Amino acid sequence: MQKRLLLDSTHFEITIKRLCCQLIECHDNFSDSVIIGLQPRGIFLARRIHKHLKELNANANILIGELDVTFYRDDFRRREIISASQTRIDFSIEDKKVILIDDVLFTGRTIRSGMDAMLDIGRPSKVELMVLVNRRYSRHLPIEPDYIGIQVDTIRSEKVKVHWKDTDGEDGVWLLRNENEMNVPEK
Amino acid sequence: MSSLSTKHLLGIKQLSVQDIDLIFSTADNFKEVLNRQIKKVPSLRDITIANLFFENSTRTRLSFELAERRLSADVVNFAASSSSVSKGETLIDTVNNILAMKVDIVVMRHPHAGSAEFLSKYVDAHIVNAGDGTHEHPTQALLDAFSIREKHGDVKGMKVAIVGDILHSRVALSNILCLKKMGAEVMVCGPTTLMPKHITSLGVKVSHNLREALEWCDVANMLRIQMERQEIKYFPSLREYMTLFGVNMEILNSLKKPVTIMHPGPINRGVEITTEVADSGQSIILNQVENGVAIRMAVLYLLAGQVN
Repeated sequence: MQKRLLLDSTHFEITIKRLCCQLIECHDNFSDSVIIGLQPRGIFLARRIHKHLKELNANANILIGELDVTFYRDDFRRREIISASQTRIDFSIEDKKVILIDDVLFTGRTIRSGMDAMLDIGRPSKVELMVLVNRRYSRHLPIEPDYIGIQVDTIRSEKVKVHWKDTDGEDGVWLLRNENEMNVPEK
Repeated sequence: MSSLSTKHLLGIKQLSVQDIDLIFSTADNFKEVLNRQIKKVPSLRDITIANLFFENSTRTRLSFELAERRLSADVVNFAASSSSVSKGETLIDTVNNILAMKVDIVVMRHPHAGSAEFLSKYVDAHIVNAGDGTHEHPTQALLDAFSIREKHGDVKGMKVAIVGDILHSRVALSNILCLKKMGAEVMVCGPTTLMPKHITSLGVKVSHNLREALEWCDVANMLRIQMERQEIKYFPSLREYMTLFGVNMEILNSLKKPVTIMHPGPINRGVEITTEVADSGQSIILNQVENGVAIRMAVLYLLAGQVN
């Protein structure tokens, strides 16, 4: 397995701060906006964004939730069952501007599940999407992010892994490539 | 990534501790879904489930049907009283005819012990036992243990007394197996005539004294006297049973610690427990009913994950 660092911890931090500034530009003091991180890995970005936003704007009451999409996935019975994670949204999203957050955007199928799951909880006035890594040219569905940390061009057999200081020891984005699959043409 | 070690839910006996933990953690997530504005997820939208009830049921049938519909499955219902069974059709023929309509999962209640296991050998569908005679009622045991876990944080180390008609109760057997697997201590309590021989071989304590059982336990699961299964008189009168084995507020208040009261339903108010006990703060009877839907959703979801 080959590993290549796409974003080191310094640039990781700079990217998160830039994303926060973009959110403040568009959402002001977050009076009508809420943040929802997608389980299982998007919640780390959502929590980090929320922490920085609170530091930048201590007076704002920024609501954060965590949404699990397992029961809305379109690949149930087509692969091994994935353990569900918790959904924690203890506020109403009715007529709110929701910023959905995930770590990596690849095919767009998880985001589709996320939007379906979210609409079962309430009807937001607007939904935006933030991702730390946008894997371009890989989409199966017409979904594009509004806020992007970094863009990468990858092939299907490659994997993008985001490491978080809280759980993995250090912040960073890695591209993983299986050497045996390097020359396999994409289907 | 996780799935059950078994293709069917025939009884608690066939489940591992990991299976039960997986069912509980999945039920936790479904419980959250059941508290949403839209209490439904699309997971089983291409799955068809047949509910075959060869024996009367209200709570279990409704609970299964609700669980199925909340998972977006297609549901067909079948009650023996209004079917060809009364015209002499065999069980396998009945079920195979239903399966010819492309049914993926069969939920069955049947008066004969072992019928679910029998069916699982002869038909090509995932079978969920919703009660087979006096044998097992696995989803009831799962929801009971899940309710204890919810109330007390864990099943392990809990002392649970099962009180009443142990002899005729499939709930008792499944509960004993489930609670023991999850690390609880179990005592059965009831009249000598309603206690099966060799019950201690299941690793349970036995008592014929209600006060002794209540003083020992953290949770008391009060079983219904199953008049419909009693061909002979097992005790002189309901009044005597109520006096010796019925729980009232007086006895509950005289105990040193609060005992959680459970009941699988339907309650014979004034027999196993009084109305005051059933409606008291110590009773988690309605939580059991609520948890029943979440547990059944979890079981069906996990089994449906194996449907080809």
